[in-house]
Amino acid sequence: MYKIVKKEVLNATVKLLEIEAPLIAKKAQPGQFIILRTDEEGERIPLTIADYDREKGTVTIIFQQVGKTTQVLGALNVGDKILDFVGPLGMASHLDGYKNAVVIGGGLGSAIAYPQAKKLHEMGAKVTTIAGFRNKELIILEKEMSAVSNQIFITTDDGSNGNKGFVTDELKKLIDQDTSIDLVIAIGPLIMMKFVSQMTKSHGIKTLVSMNPVMIDGTGMCGGCRVTVAGETKFACVDGPDFDGHDIDFDEAMRRQTMYKEQEAESMDQHNCRLGGIIDG
Amino acid sequence: MANMSLKKVSMSEQDPNVRNRNFLEVALGYTKEQAIEEANRCLQCKTKPCVAGCPVMVKIPEFIKLVAEGDIESAYHVIKETNSLPAVCGRVCPQESQCEALCVRTKKGESVGIGRLERYVADWYMANREPEIKKPITNGKKVAVVGGGPAGLTCAGDLAKEGYEVTIFEAFHAAGGVLMYGIPEFRLPKALVQSEIKTLKDLGVEIRTNMVIGKVLSLDELIEEGYEAIFIGSGAGLPSFMKIPGENLNGVYSANEFLTRVNLMKAYKFPDCDTPVRVGKNVAVVGGGNVAMDAARSAKRLGAENVYIVYRRSEEELPARAEEVHHAKEEGIKFKLLNNPVEILGTENGWVKGMTCVSMVLGDMDASGRRRPIVKEGSEHVLDVETVIIAIGQSPNPMITSTTPDLKTQSWGGIIVEEATGLSSKQGVYAGGDVVTGAATVILAMGAGKDAAKAMDTYIKNKK
Repeated sequence: MYKIVKKEVLNATVKLLEIEAPLIAKKAQPGQFIILRTDEEGERIPLTIADYDREKGTVTIIFQQVGKTTQVLGALNVGDKILDFVGPLGMASHLDGYKNAVVIGGGLGSAIAYPQAKKLHEMGAKVTTIAGFRNKELIILEKEMSAVSNQIFITTDDGSNGNKGFVTDELKKLIDQDTSIDLVIAIGPLIMMKFVSQMTKSHGIKTLVSMNPVMIDGTGMCGGCRVTVAGETKFACVDGPDFDGHDIDFDEAMRRQTMYKEQEAESMDQHNCRLGGIIDG
Repeated sequence: MANMSLKKVSMSEQDPNVRNRNFLEVALGYTKEQAIEEANRCLQCKTKPCVAGCPVMVKIPEFIKLVAEGDIESAYHVIKETNSLPAVCGRVCPQESQCEALCVRTKKGESVGIGRLERYVADWYMANREPEIKKPITNGKKVAVVGGGPAGLTCAGDLAKEGYEVTIFEAFHAAGGVLMYGIPEFRLPKALVQSEIKTLKDLGVEIRTNMVIGKVLSLDELIEEGYEAIFIGSGAGLPSFMKIPGENLNGVYSANEFLTRVNLMKAYKFPDCDTPVRVGKNVAVVGGGNVAMDAARSAKRLGAENVYIVYRRSEEELPARAEEVHHAKEEGIKFKLLNNPVEILGTENGWVKGMTCVSMVLGDMDASGRRRPIVKEGSEHVLDVETVIIAIGQSPNPMITSTTPDLKTQSWGGIIVEEATGLSSKQGVYAGGDVVTGAATVILAMGAGKDAAKAMDTYIKNKK
């Protein structure tokens, strides 16, 4: 059992949990993830390690409540325990040798991109952060991201923070200004990562994306998380989750992500139904 | 007076058309009367050829004699001397090619039902006795076992009996390996596997789940933590795909993924359990081994109307146990033999809608001693299916070996060891089971775990 030592509500649906897991905290690197299971009937879900504290022995996860399991997770409080918490899984991001990086996060992806930005910043790279959200209310981690960035652009789809547009608009401006960029890291919805990768490809800028396919074990034994990279099948859980964005078959990845859409809805409905029952008495 | 019947006392089974709609155990086991009757078929021969056929050398005539006398409790203790998982072995061992193959009764008629008797004894004990907790006196020495499958569990049990402080490091949330995620509930109930594992915990074996060795800790770190020897029993869990077009379409599973969802995660209870699984009306399982049979029979139980086994050789070459093939056929699984898939076809939205196969004919013997399948010209045809499960084999997971450079491996990933002892190229590190041999049987893995335990004990005693 893994104890929750801190909880923060970042916006209406995004929550942060800091979890006691000393062995994982000791080894975790930016780009890696954990798999957790909340209870005996629960499923195993992957979540990126958003931060870690080696001294305190804690690992931070940030997640959006999108279905049954994340909803159950979001209802837990400090002192509660998570049944299973496995990691660190996947390969660490390769961040050596870059001088001028643009780190792009879309929505919750900002939380996932944060450890990479922090690491690059510590390693002396110039970090430009572009974080995109649907509206002002959804903005998360602004302070944390600013602290590890040389410059930061926060966009909202509806312009409610005064900077209307998509992350790709800001990236295009940087490229048009002839900023010398040697690395782009893009993390967020597949469609965003696809558009960023298309844009950087035409300019020959190295681009890393972090894939988030359906996973079960997270240790390479099932292939549920397979993605096509440069024409070859790779398992995101062991070969990734970081890959070269120019090599990814995004359309296939988007299609595979919808595989359990109906069941996910069913599970959520049943969960809400039960909750309703409890509330109604 | 020996029972000279040429046939085994038959065991009752669930009706095929009932059981192919549930996940309850198919074979129902002997009653005490049936067990005693079957035990009386054993001639108690002095040469005991059956024992040599058992990779863990269960004292077969001795335990059967006790069953014949009705002393099931003593029979259990005799089995447990050498076998830590009798309820499992009695169910899933291919006895027909091991102990029972060498039984003298096979000279005329069927062998003694050794597996059925072992199963009966183990089940009786679990139902009627609280396991006695007799923790051995500790010798103060720590050993680590990586992987909680049959090899690791056996190795751990034997070392614990010798007084070692044994810790099993298991990557999943439950120990058992393939017994938990691979072999379905209807062949091997999971509660029973956990209860067998509990007897090891009672011996003092510590099981640490959620520990992916190679990621959270390396072998060298385990050695630094004071483990005097390590056994690697991490199995062969890396699924092979066919590398044909369409394999990443929605609706294509590796057998590992499909069975893990169904068995370990209990997707057959969805939505009461959270893990989903999708099975279409028509399902093709590619392959002919036990894993393929398990996947096909599970798909049928999840409501598929037509389930096909697609196998490139003929019935004679099917690697699955004859009993499993028989059970599958009884349950309505259709065999498309001498058929090989060349492409999986998808809908516009990327879901499986069919599989193009070619017919095969058998040619000369190949290196594996089986007749080589050759494509029949112009034989392309389409099988209409919405789900494809690939069960063409697994190889060892590289998670540990890739982070332990001084561990020598075969080109296909298997750890290279001394055959008799399981000693690897790294001092104090032993390995056994599927991680050494590639995918094989539960009992061979257990035998390897046993041999390694003995060698590890000798190694530690001779140290310094």
